[in-house]
Formats: sequence, C-alpha cells, structure tokens
Amino acid sequence: MKKGNTIFFKNRPCILSHAAVCGSKEKEGVLGKYADVTLQDDMYGESTYEKAECKMLSAAISLAIKKSGLGEDKIDVLLSGDLLNQIISASFAARDFKFPFLGLYSACSTMSESILLGAALVNAGYVNTAVCATGSHFASAERQYRYPLELGCTRPPQAQWTVTGAGGLVLGRAQKGIKVVNGTMGAVCDFGVTDVNNMGAAMAPAAAQTIISHFNDTETSPEDYDLILTGDLGALGSRILKDLTWEKGYDISSRHVDCGEIVYKVIESEFQGGSGAGCSATVLNSYILTKMNAGLYKRVLFAATGALLSTVSSGQGESIPCISHAVQLEV
Amino acid sequence: MTGRTRENLNTNYLNYVKTQDPPTKHLKNCAAAFGVGGLICCIGQFIRYMLQYAGLTGDELAGSTSVILIFLGCLLTGLGVYDRIGRYAGAGSIVPITGFANSVTSPAIEFKTEGWIYGMAAKMFTVAGAIIVFGVFSGVLVGLIYLFV
Amino acid sequence: MEAEILAIFLQYLKAFAVGGGICLIAQIIINFTDLTAGKILVYFMLAGVVLTAVGLYQPLVDFAGAGATVPISGFGYLLANGAIKGAERGFFYAITGSLTAASAGVTAAVVFAFIMALIFKSRTKRN
Repeated sequence: MKKGNTIFFKNRPCILSHAAVCGSKEKEGVLGKYADVTLQDDMYGESTYEKAECKMLSAAISLAIKKSGLGEDKIDVLLSGDLLNQIISASFAARDFKFPFLGLYSACSTMSESILLGAALVNAGYVNTAVCATGSHFASAERQYRYPLELGCTRPPQAQWTVTGAGGLVLGRAQKGIKVVNGTMGAVCDFGVTDVNNMGAAMAPAAAQTIISHFNDTETSPEDYDLILTGDLGALGSRILKDLTWEKGYDISSRHVDCGEIVYKVIESEFQGGSGAGCSATVLNSYILTKMNAGLYKRVLFAATGALLSTVSSGQGESIPCISHAVQLEV
Repeated sequence: MTGRTRENLNTNYLNYVKTQDPPTKHLKNCAAAFGVGGLICCIGQFIRYMLQYAGLTGDELAGSTSVILIFLGCLLTGLGVYDRIGRYAGAGSIVPITGFANSVTSPAIEFKTEGWIYGMAAKMFTVAGAIIVFGVFSGVLVGLIYLFV
Repeated sequence: MEAEILAIFLQYLKAFAVGGGICLIAQIIINFTDLTAGKILVYFMLAGVVLTAVGLYQPLVDFAGAGATVPISGFGYLLANGAIKGAERGFFYAITGSLTAASAGVTAAVVFAFIMALIFKSRTKRN
C-alpha cells in the first residue's frame, strides 16, 4: 500500500540481526561498547584504505548473517552501496558471497534506502531474506572527495569527519523483533548550496522534506516517535533541520538525534561531527538497534541523508543535490 | 538544466545558512599564520646565512636555500608532521615554499597505491601543477614584454 | 662586532615580519573567501610575478631577504626575474629564462617527493 511517498509494509518485514564494525577513532565514542568489531588500526591488515573499507563491509555483512542464525545459503539478496566511485567497496565485498547483489548509490543515505528496498522486497514476498549494508572509510573518502591526507590544509569550521566503519542488517519475515513499518521515499532536493564543506546545510532541506512528507502520509506527529534519527547532518545541519521543520509547524527538537552528532565522544569545537555512509550505518546497527531490542526506544524514524555530488560536479560549479529516505522502525 | 538556473536556487535559504555558520576564529587563525609563516622565513634566513658562511653567493645561494627548505617540507610531509602544522597554521604553512613541497609530496605518497606511473608520478602535480603552469606561462609573458618594450 | 650581531638580528626580525605578513594576508583572504590552498598558492605566485615585473618586489627582497623569497610569491619573483634577465640576452632566453631560474626549486620538489614516496606511506588521521 502506498500513500503519498510512503510505502506501508503489512507483512511484518523484521530486522533479524544487525552488526557493525567501527574504526579506532570511532570506538572511543558510543560505538565502542556496542559495535561487534572495533579496529585497532584503520588499515585493518590490508595494504590500501579502499581494501580496508571493503573488508570492513564484508565483515559487517558476514557478521550480521552469522548473528541471524541463518546460513549464507538462506540469504536471497544483498543490497549495498558505498561512497567510492563505482561503489567498489560494496561490489568487491559482494565477491565474497554467493547470493545475488543489487548495488545502490544514495551517498550517505544508502543505509535507509537499502532498508526501504529490502523491506519492500521481503514484504512483497519476492525474497525471504535480504541483507542491507553500507560503510565508509575516512582515508578513502578524504582522498576521493577532498585532498591527499598529508596535504597541510585547514579544515573550515563547517567541516565534518567521515566515519570509518560499516554496518549491516538482515531483513526477513518474523513474528518478533524490530519491524519495518513503512518507508518514505525521498525526492531530490537542491536549495543551491555549493559549499562542499557545508554538507549539513545542503542536506538539511532534503531531510526536512522527507520527514514532513512522512508525517503527512502516516498522519503522525513528532510526539509519536521516541526518536527521529537523521544520518550525518552534524551540529550545524541539525540546527537548520529543526528550524526548517519548525517553520512548517512540526517541532522535532525534543525527539531529534543526529548520528553524526553522537558518533564521536567529544565533538571538537571546530568540527560539526561525523559524516559518511558509515556514520548512520554504524550508529543504527550498533547502539540504536541494541537499545530498541532492549526496549528503550519503541518507535524510531530513521531518515538518513545523502549529498549526491561528485568532485566533477562541484568542480563545474554545480550546487549539491541531496536526498533523504526514511524508514519507520518499531519494536 | 542545472540547479543554479532552476528556481530552487533559494536565496533566502542561502542567506539563512550564512547566519548559522559557526564563527571563524579570525584572531587565532591570523596570529598562527603570522607566527608560523614568519618562523619558516626565519629558518630560511638562517639557512641563507649558513650557506653564505660556507661561501655560496648569488643565484647559487638563493637556489640552495630553496632546495634545503623544499627538502625539509618534503621530509616533514613524509613523516606526517606537515599536515598537523598546516591544520594549526593555515596559510602560515601553505604560502611558504615548504607548502609547495608539501603539495607535491602529499599526492605522490597518497597515490602510489595506484601504481608508480599513473599513480605516484602522474598525480604528483595534482595540486602544484597549477603553480608550474601559471608560473611558466606568466614568466614567458614577462620575458616577452621586457623583450619588446 | 656588536653592530654586526645587531644587523643579523634585525635581518631576522625583518624576515619574520615580512614573511609572516605575507602569510597573514593569505590567511585573511582564506578567512573571508572560500579559496582553497591550491588557489591561494597560484594567486600569490602570480602576485609575485606581477610585482616583480613592475619592479616592486625587488626592493622587498633587498629589505627582507628570506622573508620575501621564502613565501611562494618569492617563487614568482624568481620566475619573473629570470625572464627579465633572459630578455636582455634575446628572444630564446626571454622565453626560457623563467623556468631556468626556477629549475632548482622544481627539480628539488620532484626529486624529494619521489624519494619520500619511496620511503613513506600515507597515514590516516585521528584528529
């Protein structure tokens, strides 16, 4: 059933298990206690950062499958993507598995897009189980989108820090567990922000648009949720999001939490928090889902946001189109 | 149609975003840039005096001074120190010749994973190539102007 | 002897002030615009070329020594100076003069960068 931009899942697609891998900087924060694997060294025993990112993603996928108690042969499809060109981490991680792979690209909102699509496939009965996973690595993202690591340049105060980590979850039909109730597909939103260092400001309108259309389609209000979780808006983007939704008559300030804001132990004053596909993936798949299983949160709206830019587009002076997909999770 | 030409170029929003920007620490940034930049120049002056003492003069003296500074910049980049200085000092470590050395060395180290020819060598001048291109071009222009005027 | 030491000290002071001042101007530009490091380097180098061509940079070099030659504008000074000197010798030297003068810097950058790439690996940052 679909209303507006929201698909309602009637057949209880559930999150059977989840797993997260996080880097050495990230483990000092909230992720340290909840992630399944924490790296001592961001190279993860590989020779390049891209290989390390691929290995993290692969580890998150196989851990999630292992924790679900299903064998690899019981998995019907893998939905995954990442930030690197031609989504190499996801495709290369998929080499390790025999089941089919559908590659997605939605930048940092890949986690919510994969859950949305996976839940739709499971709900319709086309597949019995689907694995959704994504990840990112600071060093590989930095060299693709910004500068070489050793270049001595300053970070502007709006900058965010790409999270090193990967998260994955297994979706299937079950009577118990965290179910995916509905999902709101986002439209691409571009308010003309061109500053590639100010992702929060670029992505906030997309998040606001999707969250508001979710409220309209489901006839809910912010108070109906224990948590409205955005991906990587950072401190600045979160402020803007609250302002934008408040303008439309929704006060989300008491319910809103941003993964980027909570992922690091201390947000140093010059940074706005974490970013990257791995940011929402690790936080959701470790802390949030664990706490949902424990009953701390009953109803969570997970709306990760992604900036759909490339170095080519920003080099040509294009503004940054952004997207946000939301899924509603309930215990 | 691009985002810029469409009506969604929302001036109000962009102005609003500007008001939300975290403040730049002008005083701290400028003091760090001035101090570190001045210090690097003093090191340059020191090297110059030492070489002068060793008997170098003229172009050889100036050239050798830059070579030593470039070596220091490359070494500190390789050791992973220069990017730390750069984060603190901003323009103070970008503008001196050591910053040029840093901008050549950092992509060379970074991209060697993509091979020695297309990675390390070809990408060595991704940042600094512009300096060579505009430097040589403007140098030729100046030469021609002086020749004909 | 004392006068000599004072002169050397004064020279350091001048180098510090002028070199730091050039960096300060760059930092102010970075603070108020969104120019990246690469663009700043190119603009300052071009500023060095232009100032040398109109004869304003040479006095600064005479005054501040390394304070004026160490910043990237000093590289522009080197290029323009080479071209100007070359122009006195004829067409061929007018064209090749600039890069000839800058060859030490470019060669050093290429060679040392190559050596560093052989030795070191890029490392990720934690803060």
